Amino acid sequence: MIADALFTPFSDFEFMRRGLAGCLALALGATPVGVFLLLRRMSLMGDAMAHAILPGAALGYLAFGLSLGAMTVGGIIAGLVVALAAGLVARSSILKEDASLAAFYLLSIATGVMIVSLRGRNLDLLHVLFGSVLALDDNSLLLISAISTLTLFALALLYRPLVIECFDAAFLRSVSGTSPVAHYGFLVLVVLNLVSGFHALGTLMAVGIMILPAAAARLWVRRLPAMLALAILIALASGIGGLLASFHADVPAGPAIILAAGAVYLLSLALAPGGMLGVRLERRPHLES
Amino acid sequence: MKRDTELPALRLENLTLGYDRHPAVHHLSCDIASGALVAIVGPNGAGKSTLLKALTGELAPLQGTFRLKAGRAGVAYLPQQSEMDRSFPVCVFDMVAMGLWRDIGAFGGLRRDQAERVHAALAAVGLSGFESRQIGALSGGQLQRARFARMMLQDAPLLLLDEPFNAIDTRTIEDLVAIVLGWHAEGRTILAVLHDLELVRRHFPECLLLAREPVGFGPTAEVLTSERLAIARRLASDFDDAARVCQRQPERGAA
Repeated sequence: MIADALFTPFSDFEFMRRGLAGCLALALGATPVGVFLLLRRMSLMGDAMAHAILPGAALGYLAFGLSLGAMTVGGIIAGLVVALAAGLVARSSILKEDASLAAFYLLSIATGVMIVSLRGRNLDLLHVLFGSVLALDDNSLLLISAISTLTLFALALLYRPLVIECFDAAFLRSVSGTSPVAHYGFLVLVVLNLVSGFHALGTLMAVGIMILPAAAARLWVRRLPAMLALAILIALASGIGGLLASFHADVPAGPAIILAAGAVYLLSLALAPGGMLGVRLERRPHLES
Repeated sequence: MKRDTELPALRLENLTLGYDRHPAVHHLSCDIASGALVAIVGPNGAGKSTLLKALTGELAPLQGTFRLKAGRAGVAYLPQQSEMDRSFPVCVFDMVAMGLWRDIGAFGGLRRDQAERVHAALAAVGLSGFESRQIGALSGGQLQRARFARMMLQDAPLLLLDEPFNAIDTRTIEDLVAIVLGWHAEGRTILAVLHDLELVRRHFPECLLLAREPVGFGPTAEVLTSERLAIARRLASDFDDAARVCQRQPERGAA
């Protein structure tokens, strides 16, 4: 009975299997990037960049309709432009980076919605804003998996410089020239994964699958490799849970996935060793030294 | 390490550094001999940290040049502690092992003898047994000990220390000073930005007094006089937003 509820949706329906594959790829690619976003205190930066992708994707849509390639390329370009421009504004004006990011993403989302509605129907706008994890075609799946594969390789290559760049950038700069490679390489990974999350979950929620599992994992474990592994598991579980909830309760899949991840986060916030209650509940006797 | 008396470890030639064209270090020329132990002192805003940043290549000079005998690769730099993010989840062993970056690079693993060097460095700074602690769980003094261990592993001929003893208790300062004196005895060249003049007088044979302008460079007792310190305080405090373009011609041996 329970097994039926858990397995038959996937065994009987192809769109559920495609959604599952998409979630698996996102969990493996986007979530580790989210862990580093969180640790670099760039969660809001990720949010702003996700919104910035919208006008780029919308321009691609305006020119070519719902074409995967055009929207992807447009999104990647727009995301990179905003990431670099926000840093430039922060460095060369008196505005701090958070203010310039907020300004950019408000402008982006307004521009994006405007462009989409110039040509499209409301259905298209919904697709762009909230994604279509249950309607992933072969090309979208290939794109998402390709980006995840690339991300895993790139993270493996960049892991050591990126970790040092996160907690002691001045030291990294003094021993090697890899600091800018780590920083900008990481930004490129963020944009790529936001675009891949955008196809499945939409521009408004792509960051959710990156930050929420990372934040939940941070509350449970102390070591980075464990944190990466746990975040991936949480993302995958949220993906499966969200898809099933969407199937059985007939609710939209994207928000269900993010809400599932949000539920894990809230639960962790309450119970985990690093959470609000956990800190108080853990009354193990202290050590001698 | 053999002392080489012919070439200075570091030669500054009419070096001017700054931000937004305002000089933070103004026309500084001097030779730091190989094996010298030099304290850099001066009021806040005197350009001490700026000088170290330039020597690590982080900041391009506005004018002038400097020459490092051992090249960029021979410099180990200890920035101020506040530049680290201590909440990042990394353990003491991993952090200290990064001192071996020049041997292991971005991908290399630690060989057994290298891991032993890390343990030995931790023991030398009194942090044996702390290997698997998170850096966030260390006190300020313990973290500074770990950073000294990392610097030990870098094994560089020229060491740049930026306020290494800030906000640290006397016991730890004593231990860390002993490590610095050990490096000095090994023939390494050391430049340290310091505020505690007593400590400078006791342990540092040479001293560079900066107040944007070089006020004095030489044996500590001759540099740290009350007149020179007064000059330094006065120079550091006048800062003119509408300053004119500096017309001074390069001169040799200004310090």
